[in-house]
Amino acid sequence: MSWLNAMIDRLRYRSAPPPEDRSRMRAVANNIVLHLHPTRVPAPALRFSRTWGLGGISALLSVLLIITGVLLMFRYDASIERAYPAVQAMETVIPFGSLLRGIHHWAGNLLMITVVLHMVRVFAAGGFRGERRMNWVVGLGMLVLVLTFNFTGYLLPWDQLAFWAITVGTGLLTYVPLVGQMVSDFLLGGPEVGQSALRNFYALHVALLPVVLIFGLSYHFWRVRKDGGVTIPPQSEQVVRLTTIPHLVTAELGVALITLAGLLIFAMAVPAPLEALANAAHPPNPAKAAWYFLGVQELLLHMHPLAALALAAIGLLGLAVLPLWDRDSSDEGVYFRSPTGRMAGLLGAALAIVLTPLLVLVDELWLDLPALLAPTSTLISNGLLPLLLTLGGLAGIYAGLRRGLRARHSEALVGLFSFVMVALVVLTAVGIWFRGPNMALVWPF
Amino acid sequence: MAKNTPQPKQNEAVSRRDFLALGAGALGLIGLLQTGGMALQFLAPRRVDGEFGGVVAVGPAESFPPGSVTEFPDGRFFLARAADGGFLAVSRRCTHLGCAVSWHAADGQFACPCHGSHFDLIGDVQNPPAPRALDTYPITVSDGALMVDTAKAQQRDSFAPEQLVYV
Ligand code: HEM
Ligand code: FES
Repeated sequence: MSWLNAMIDRLRYRSAPPPEDRSRMRAVANNIVLHLHPTRVPAPALRFSRTWGLGGISALLSVLLIITGVLLMFRYDASIERAYPAVQAMETVIPFGSLLRGIHHWAGNLLMITVVLHMVRVFAAGGFRGERRMNWVVGLGMLVLVLTFNFTGYLLPWDQLAFWAITVGTGLLTYVPLVGQMVSDFLLGGPEVGQSALRNFYALHVALLPVVLIFGLSYHFWRVRKDGGVTIPPQSEQVVRLTTIPHLVTAELGVALITLAGLLIFAMAVPAPLEALANAAHPPNPAKAAWYFLGVQELLLHMHPLAALALAAIGLLGLAVLPLWDRDSSDEGVYFRSPTGRMAGLLGAALAIVLTPLLVLVDELWLDLPALLAPTSTLISNGLLPLLLTLGGLAGIYAGLRRGLRARHSEALVGLFSFVMVALVVLTAVGIWFRGPNMALVWPF
Repeated sequence: MAKNTPQPKQNEAVSRRDFLALGAGALGLIGLLQTGGMALQFLAPRRVDGEFGGVVAVGPAESFPPGSVTEFPDGRFFLARAADGGFLAVSRRCTHLGCAVSWHAADGQFACPCHGSHFDLIGDVQNPPAPRALDTYPITVSDGALMVDTAKAQQRDSFAPEQLVYV
């Protein structure tokens, strides 16, 4: 099959396949896709455990979502009469409709996971300091963008799941002080989820957001190169710099093929869900938001919406100002900063695994703050008080790690970060599996 | 050469060049604001007359016995009649996050399936997380027949006797 190889090489490199390093480097610089890469990469940055391929997988999924999304557009109608039948037709009569929908659906869900894991990886490697702080904030923006993509896409099938998840989601917005009602009205284009909302969400999902995604990603990649590539620990000896072809490109191709194959098999085995047609009079019981919002929805069961929103906003703000909060770059590129940092991270995670379910149970079964403090307004007893208690607990964890482990500021932050992330995962799991009819706690097994 | 080049005068606070640049900048800013304003107005929520939001005629008062609750799905509200005969048009929209509550006659309660809020017949919160009583719509009476205006829901913290409408 050497003629086939030769043909593919012709397509990839314009002229002959690059035989030696110099022309291989030129090939990278001259090719539009490849030129996102540097021509040479330091050998330590090529170790798989440096990135776990998470940024690359996210990029691949983004491209896949755009391709499958454009195909879906040819068969979809953004009208409350025709959207559901169109999706039904995809599931039943259109050849490969169900598979295509499945790939788009699961790629979107997987992207949610890989982007968060990518963020965790960058945090653990300390890749957000110095030069890279701009790209950290851009990355955070991409995370919010992926959330917005998923949120707007969720409404489009116009089934029960879609209708009520968006009703609850925009209901949550109305609690944001000053602008909340305005933003919700603007998104819905009216007082309730209806035709205007569907049209607005569609325009956002297929036109505005993709443009922002493409520009955002291009900028993100360009910055990675400008900032000197992936963060690596200081090296004791001279590092070998290997050419991108074949060392990086082959690894990327391998990861991409495994991801694609896995996603394809999953989408064939598990079709994207489609429930009954949206019915504005009868929410399903229980009516849950999309799974990645269930952590926040779980918080809502325990505190006033304003407090839950404030907590989420403080978390996001904390991530955004992280480059200013932790500027100690002495341990750059070392996962979890140091053995002490690793210990702090483990303690934070363990504490979250024990404490979060315990607090959920106590609040659900025994503690009724509003009744206990009856005459005070629920805004205080169910809002301000739990908010302050939570923030106080977080400060306590930080202080405990500083004192107990003699951790440096940046090591204690690893513990705090790990506590918050694991707590969020636990809350999400409770929301997905342990909440039944009327949102009562249930045992799923 | 030197003769034709305008010399900046010391006593001039703003040079001609700066003045023009400032003016062009200001014009640009105004243009930008106008474009933004146009875009916002173009995108502003569109409310369609005749849909939910109009006046709903619910019929003569006698057809609703005291202590009963009747649903009007197109109007998104329940007509509740208190034991003393007073009427209240209770919105179906849960005050927590906006799910639709339903009436459970056996328990005498409105229940929201989404996060488990309960309300009594007059819309007062029996069980959180809902932070306040269900909204109401204004009722007008003409010739013993009731009309409910669904244009704008009225918010309230909790029930007060003056919210009831008597025929
Ligand atoms: C659609 C979403 C995203 C895509 C496709 C993406 C893609 C990538 C890729 C391909 C890299 C190269 C190295 C690697 O694989 O790790 C990278 C690096 C980086 N990403 Fe992202 N990313 C996304 C979201 C995020 C998020 C949520 C953050 C953090 C808040 C982030 C922060 C960074 C930073 C700071 C780097 C610099 C390189 C380093 O220190 O290792 N990105 N991204
Ligand atoms: S929307 Fe009714 S309880 Fe949350």
